[in-house]
Amino acid sequence: MSLTLGLIATVLCAAAPPQTPPIFQPGAPGQPPRVISAGESVGLSRTGFTAEDVRFMQHMLVHHAQAVAMVELLRAHGADATVRQLGERIALGQAAEMEQMRDWLAAREQPEAAADPHTGHGGHTGHGAPSDTPLMPGMLSPARMQALAAARGPAFDRLFLEGMIDHHQGALDMVDALMALPDAGEDPLLSDFLSSVVADQSAEILRMQSLLSDLNPTAEDRP
Amino acid sequence: MIVRSLLLSSVAGVLLASAAAAQTADPRSSLSPGLRDAGQVASGLELEHSLEPAPGFFDPEAIFAPQPRRPQGEAATPAAATAEPPARPRYSPLALANSDMAVSDGRLFVGSFHGFNAYDLKAGAAPELVMSVVCPGGQGDVSVHGDLLFMSVEQNRARLDCGTAEAEGEVNADRFRGIRIFDISDLNAPRQIAAVQTCRGSHTHTQVPHPTDPNVLYLYNSATSGVRKSEELGICSDGQPGENPETALYSIDVIKVPLDAPEQAAIVSRPRIFADRETGAIAGLWRGGAAGIASQRTAQTNHCHDITVYPELNLAAGACSGNGILLDISNPEQPSRISELFDADMAYWHSATFNDAGDRIVFTDEWGGGTSARCRAEDPATWGANLIATVEDRQLKGQSFFKLPASQAASENCVAHNGNLIPVPGRDLMVQAWYQGGVSVMDFTDPARPMEIAYFDRGPLDAERLMVGGAWSAYWFNGRIYASEIARGLDVLKLVPGEHLSAAEIAAAESVRLDTINPQTQTRIVWADSPDVAQAWLDQLMRNRAIEGELASRAQSAIESWRAGQGGDASGVSEALAAAASRATGRDKTRLTELSALFGRRAA
Repeated sequence: MSLTLGLIATVLCAAAPPQTPPIFQPGAPGQPPRVISAGESVGLSRTGFTAEDVRFMQHMLVHHAQAVAMVELLRAHGADATVRQLGERIALGQAAEMEQMRDWLAAREQPEAAADPHTGHGGHTGHGAPSDTPLMPGMLSPARMQALAAARGPAFDRLFLEGMIDHHQGALDMVDALMALPDAGEDPLLSDFLSSVVADQSAEILRMQSLLSDLNPTAEDRP
Repeated sequence: MIVRSLLLSSVAGVLLASAAAAQTADPRSSLSPGLRDAGQVASGLELEHSLEPAPGFFDPEAIFAPQPRRPQGEAATPAAATAEPPARPRYSPLALANSDMAVSDGRLFVGSFHGFNAYDLKAGAAPELVMSVVCPGGQGDVSVHGDLLFMSVEQNRARLDCGTAEAEGEVNADRFRGIRIFDISDLNAPRQIAAVQTCRGSHTHTQVPHPTDPNVLYLYNSATSGVRKSEELGICSDGQPGENPETALYSIDVIKVPLDAPEQAAIVSRPRIFADRETGAIAGLWRGGAAGIASQRTAQTNHCHDITVYPELNLAAGACSGNGILLDISNPEQPSRISELFDADMAYWHSATFNDAGDRIVFTDEWGGGTSARCRAEDPATWGANLIATVEDRQLKGQSFFKLPASQAASENCVAHNGNLIPVPGRDLMVQAWYQGGVSVMDFTDPARPMEIAYFDRGPLDAERLMVGGAWSAYWFNGRIYASEIARGLDVLKLVPGEHLSAAEIAAAESVRLDTINPQTQTRIVWADSPDVAQAWLDQLMRNRAIEGELASRAQSAIESWRAGQGGDASGVSEALAAAASRATGRDKTRLTELSALFGRRAA
């Protein structure tokens, strides 16, 4: 123990009620600790979140809603029972994550809708031919959604799986993009949420890739 | 605790609500809510001490959410995104949560997402807080070896210097995710002496002694979160093995700590313990998803959540997300998988506990991640439960499930969580935390029919809304059960005799003392010969009606002579018990044999 530390501890013990055990905040490896108050300790527990964290959650809500919409199409037009079953699980999982995102935003008094939902890409045209530009990175473009809605049977299943794989990959890309920003993803609940998004979407991508390879395409099924 | 599993809940709830087990009325199901004044009830256990959280480790605003979310269907309020970062929220239910524990040299170390607290343990008195260390980063899983304390750190917010200062950039040299090493030789000046960075941080870790070199300690690091950028930590890269054979997924970290120079601790291997035995494919175990239409959705096996080692048997039991596995750790740097188990009812293999003989393993399933209500009446009795497995010819075999047999409120996070063995000779007993489901003692002596023999529970933190709390870990440490309450502090419980447990069995358990206890590093239990141990064997034989009345009387009087300091007929009783043992089977044969041997040693 260094002399300095001994002095700090002694001074603190003299100043504080003798029965209050000391609270230390260590330094980096090899560095001495410092003594802090209970109030400082609680202050250190407050984790910040950034405007980008909020925008990520708002955007991911929109992103997940598309997966739910895709499963609605699957219910109407899908052929393969296994694909349908997987779709139901995806919809439930995405809906549960949406609840988590809404709760996260509400607990931080943040709105559910981003002020800039289209991130400047102008995906929503309202009339004319559907755009090839996704509403936001990680989502299917309106044109791909329309192609999906027009497909039937095995061809639908294939488009659905391909689309959902890209959709899930988009979520992974969104997490990567968030984590590339300073101070992002430090809120403990958000940090765990990000881990869960990565783990679950990755696992579902693997499952879908395997299903896709099982759906042996034939000429007549091709769109 | 894994928040991710929140999202599994609704899937399971929809699919299997109809399979819910019938729950009998239990006083635990209707306790009144409160932070400090919640209703409580116990059976076979007595709350001896209850300590409030340490100063600086409690913030009611962090525990209780500020307000309920607006009702469903109401239009979202559009608001301009502000350029300014929002204020730091106070509500952060896990920021100050107590977590796992270890004991060393008469001191109890209680980990926290915020650091750790050290308590002096004195017989008959409440634990006394000695000092606190603030070092945020979660989840603060702790273990102790001599003057060293090891702590798991996984969150992005964690800093090398235990601070919370903002840092810039995608690649952050100040970020720390991995295992910290503190020198606790002087509790007036705890120092961080090393910090071993890992690719996925550290969720839990397990100490593994070197088979021969007392100067070497290994740590098995189990990390559950995302992979760091290689720019931040060069050894890390992400992705599935098909596209990246070097991926940091699908392994554990083995860290070697030279005890004479612990600051040189470093990763020595990252074994591929999930590889396919035939093909060598790195991702050889459960790939994630449900096994069937009515099955639990089981997580992908690309990490272990926790590993428990039994070095005297050269075995480790890994609770590894989608599988339970058995490892041979003869060479601790290269553990090799010898068996694996999958079960369609298990959502997330979370922790493992051997019985003393090492032929049974209790695996827990943390369905719902620990932050969800999973003990409601409608939740399946085989989901979020313990799976009792046997080990025969070094192969795992699932035998039965045990779940807290008392339904809990929808505002109580509850699922199987951490526990360890209670050293009663002749029986396999485990005390276990169930978050807001309380503390439960399970008898799994018969692996096909586990049963509860004692419990303690409080009402929910809040009657309506689920606020995260409850017992994180409940461990037997040298005669008492210590339960780390996430929100309420530290509880100390003692066993009390009853129908399922005799005074002598408790006394025999309380007589077992160890200097250091890290529950995930198991050691063979040793009971010194005593009248209590003899009485414990005899009580079990009588409870099972596995001993004749006359022999029981002779054994009883021999024990009483022993207590009175007289000789008695130890030799004759020993012979008679041995004769009875030759006609008995199963555990009762073992009990008769052990009791005979005990009297034999007494006679010698």
